[in-house]
Amino acid sequence: MTRYTSATPEDRQEMLGAIGVSSVDELFEQIPEPLRLGRPLALPDGISEAEVYERLVGMAERNADAEELVCFVGAGMYDHYVPAIVDAITSRSEFLTPYTPYQPEISQGGLQVMFEFQTAMSELTGLPVSNAGLYEGPSSVASAGYLAMGATKRRRFVVSRGVHPHSRETLATYSVGYGAEVVEVGLESGLTDAAALAEAVNGETAAVILQSPNFLGAVEDVEALGAAAKEHGALLVVACDPITLSVLKPPGECGADIALGEGQPLGNRLDFGGPSFGFFCATEAQIRRMPGRIAGETEDVDGRRGFVLALQTREQHIRREKATNNICTAQALNALGAMVHLAWLGRQGFRELGELLVQRTAFARERLAAVDGIDLLHEAPVAREFAVRLDAPVEKVLDRVAERGIAAGYPLGREYPEFEDGLLVAITERRTKAQIDELAEALGAAVAAERGAFLSDSERKSTVPEGAA
Amino acid sequence: MALTETPMQAEKARTIFEKSKAGRRAAALPEVEVPKKPLAELIPGNLLRSEAPRLPEIAEPEIVRHYNRLSRRNFDLDSGFYPLGSCTMKHNPRLNERVAALPGHARLHPGQDPRRAQGALELMWLLQESLSEICGLPHVSLQPSAGSHGELAGLLLTRAYHADRGEERTKVLAPDTSHGTNPASVTMAGYEVVKVATNEQGGVEMGDLRARLAENEGEVACLMLTNPNTLGVFDENIAEIASLIHEAGGTLYYDGANLNAVMGHSRPGDMGFDIVHVNLHKSFSQPHGGGGPGAGPIAVSDRIEPYQPKPQVVRRGGSNGHGPSFDLDFDRPKSIGRLRGFQGNFGVFVRSYAYILSLGGDGLAEASETAVLNANYLKARLAEGRAGKRLPIAFDRHCMHEFVLSGKPMKRELGLATLDLAKRLLDFGFHPPTVYFPLLVDEALMVEPTETETKESLDAFAEAVEKILAEAETNPDLAKSAPYTTPVRRLDEVKATRRPVVRQQLD
Repeated sequence: MTRYTSATPEDRQEMLGAIGVSSVDELFEQIPEPLRLGRPLALPDGISEAEVYERLVGMAERNADAEELVCFVGAGMYDHYVPAIVDAITSRSEFLTPYTPYQPEISQGGLQVMFEFQTAMSELTGLPVSNAGLYEGPSSVASAGYLAMGATKRRRFVVSRGVHPHSRETLATYSVGYGAEVVEVGLESGLTDAAALAEAVNGETAAVILQSPNFLGAVEDVEALGAAAKEHGALLVVACDPITLSVLKPPGECGADIALGEGQPLGNRLDFGGPSFGFFCATEAQIRRMPGRIAGETEDVDGRRGFVLALQTREQHIRREKATNNICTAQALNALGAMVHLAWLGRQGFRELGELLVQRTAFARERLAAVDGIDLLHEAPVAREFAVRLDAPVEKVLDRVAERGIAAGYPLGREYPEFEDGLLVAITERRTKAQIDELAEALGAAVAAERGAFLSDSERKSTVPEGAA
Repeated sequence: MALTETPMQAEKARTIFEKSKAGRRAAALPEVEVPKKPLAELIPGNLLRSEAPRLPEIAEPEIVRHYNRLSRRNFDLDSGFYPLGSCTMKHNPRLNERVAALPGHARLHPGQDPRRAQGALELMWLLQESLSEICGLPHVSLQPSAGSHGELAGLLLTRAYHADRGEERTKVLAPDTSHGTNPASVTMAGYEVVKVATNEQGGVEMGDLRARLAENEGEVACLMLTNPNTLGVFDENIAEIASLIHEAGGTLYYDGANLNAVMGHSRPGDMGFDIVHVNLHKSFSQPHGGGGPGAGPIAVSDRIEPYQPKPQVVRRGGSNGHGPSFDLDFDRPKSIGRLRGFQGNFGVFVRSYAYILSLGGDGLAEASETAVLNANYLKARLAEGRAGKRLPIAFDRHCMHEFVLSGKPMKRELGLATLDLAKRLLDFGFHPPTVYFPLLVDEALMVEPTETETKESLDAFAEAVEKILAEAETNPDLAKSAPYTTPVRRLDEVKATRRPVVRQQLD
């Protein structure tokens, strides 16, 4: 199948003539004979566009997506509503198909978007410097560790167990490479154990890494916890959910040197985990150690305002082995989605969305806690996600609830053996009161069924909301 | 060239923050629906934000206009020829966008139980299998998010492989002409870079390779290469290089940036490479998005497999009348661990898998053939006339999918730097080739047309270069002050670095 190429047999003849060879095979003769494949690839032959479409529709149908199961799963990625204009703008050829803006004169659109995005992320985090985006959340934590090593000349990270397990695992993976030690500090009643943290931080510590809200949904007192970092000259790194920065005190006001996180909640779809983007903001002091692309404002020869990639001397294509990081993507299209979403929400809408999440989350938490067989895993303040304990095997309960069309949450036992009975429940603006009521009822019924408890018909009727069955 | 301002130039760049006006808005959100409590009752006041972030206040029609206008200030692949060397700017099929947007893909939560994500895991497994066949290596991990991420993964795999054998090696060899990400990844992985000299064909200088290996005996962990090399030439010594590295106990890493030249014709695994990263945003048609997203899966040999990142997508054989099922395997005791959250850039996998289905094995081989044909044709066209004289080919023989010209004579004879030619090409509606890379060629221009360009486009590009060189003979200043027609003209990049302004100041 050649539908993406244009060379006709006549074109080929003319082109071969101009090159001075008789066949394309001659051009491949520079590959030593034993290294030529000499057979067709063992892959099926190409199929028509309609067939590809049908094939992939068939595969997609075997996934229980958020249109099939009402999605209370979060754990770092959330089923937010992505406004239609995000799709309309990010699917424009002019944003979809260019390369990185190495030629700024013909890339002003993309560069200005980066500059606007940096401004927005700086506003959200309360830190003056933002880059244009990194791969995604967890690897951004690892990049912060690398920056902190360069800034402090130390090789030890103190990390809260409340930091996303994928972030901690990624940091550990990277740390084997750059030779750093990772020390974990446990949780106490859902929050980072402050005393243990203070004890763990010492003069060898490059960075203290926290997350707020943490993986269990609890809002940490970053300022208080961060004091230990300040005392020992370590950088304070705070991972955060950008949506919650609408209501929570920004890391920059809590003494953070670096604020970063998974950007998916802003204008990006779930996509089974990616692509999305990571955001990365820091104090002025770190600007020349930042990873990734940074757009900067400048002027052209006639004095017109324009934008370029700034501070490129940090980067791999200039500095090679002395670069501040090896990354060369900015997830520009994903960051554009975030910027459009933030513009669409606007200053008021963003705040309203945050408050809506806090209110509905508080309601859902209370609602679930009232169900027999469900207890709160912690009572710390939460913003958009909370953790409960189920008095029945979590995976089995989830299976039962899935049959009623609900993905009830993320089983904490996957990464926290100490919370084998734990379930993390996330709320977005798409999760209505009726859905929350149904979740409570379905979870209660599933836990009861798993416990083998007998639920009489009359009890059942009294707890099932009208029309929910 | 008349210096009258174009309408777009006359339009002053204003950010969306500068278009904001208090009280305007776009979003209409759902009602809260639940009984409201004062915020401070739910979250302690000292943890709350005192003032909402100063996001723009603007209604939807103006948001759409703003970004549409901005989009027109970009050049893009759908608008014209983009022969950016080493970047493989091939057509991005819209079918791929359509299938990636299916709700079963786009709205699938990554935390979903694998039993309820069988379609997604099967797609990933099939993509792994396809890349394995294309690379000639038996095991694939899709996890790395980009080429540079794949490089880091490859080096961490190398470290784990040696550590498992009780060895600690400290050095990684890389050609002095390698992509900048190679040495940057080496440092991040905790190794020291040892440069290997490049011969005039852009290949590894064999004498120097032997010398570096002898000098660093027992210390060399890995050699990182691209093949075809950065001059677009297949390194005919590759088998010998592989055996030298393997004898020295190192791994051989393949930077897949140039894979588009050899799909279905030659496989890195058969060349002796242990670890390969594949840029799905290059050879496999994922749109570049103005600087991401992409994905950089890695394919590895049997001896590297135990250390592959986790989780790994696996197929469990069917039995008792059940078909096979797919799962995420976390039980990998020797694994280097995670490189990122969840399972990787799945949306990119969907697009690339759709591309592989569309082309098939035969189509992929033909894509590489046409890429090589197009590159050689354009090289031949540029060997004619003025270009042939002023912009000679850096290494004159058949190239693979790209080739490198030297602007040295142009600079010497016409006073035109490669940058000037690049900027003047903008006025002719072309994206310039990659400039000043590879470093071993003075005033380098690296040209990669890809298979999706027509002969007409290639001819038009050659003619534009010819015209620019002709005009430079009488008026070299024309190119030196170019471009004239772009939304802005040459920008002061030094200022942007010396006194960086990286965000909008708001009052």
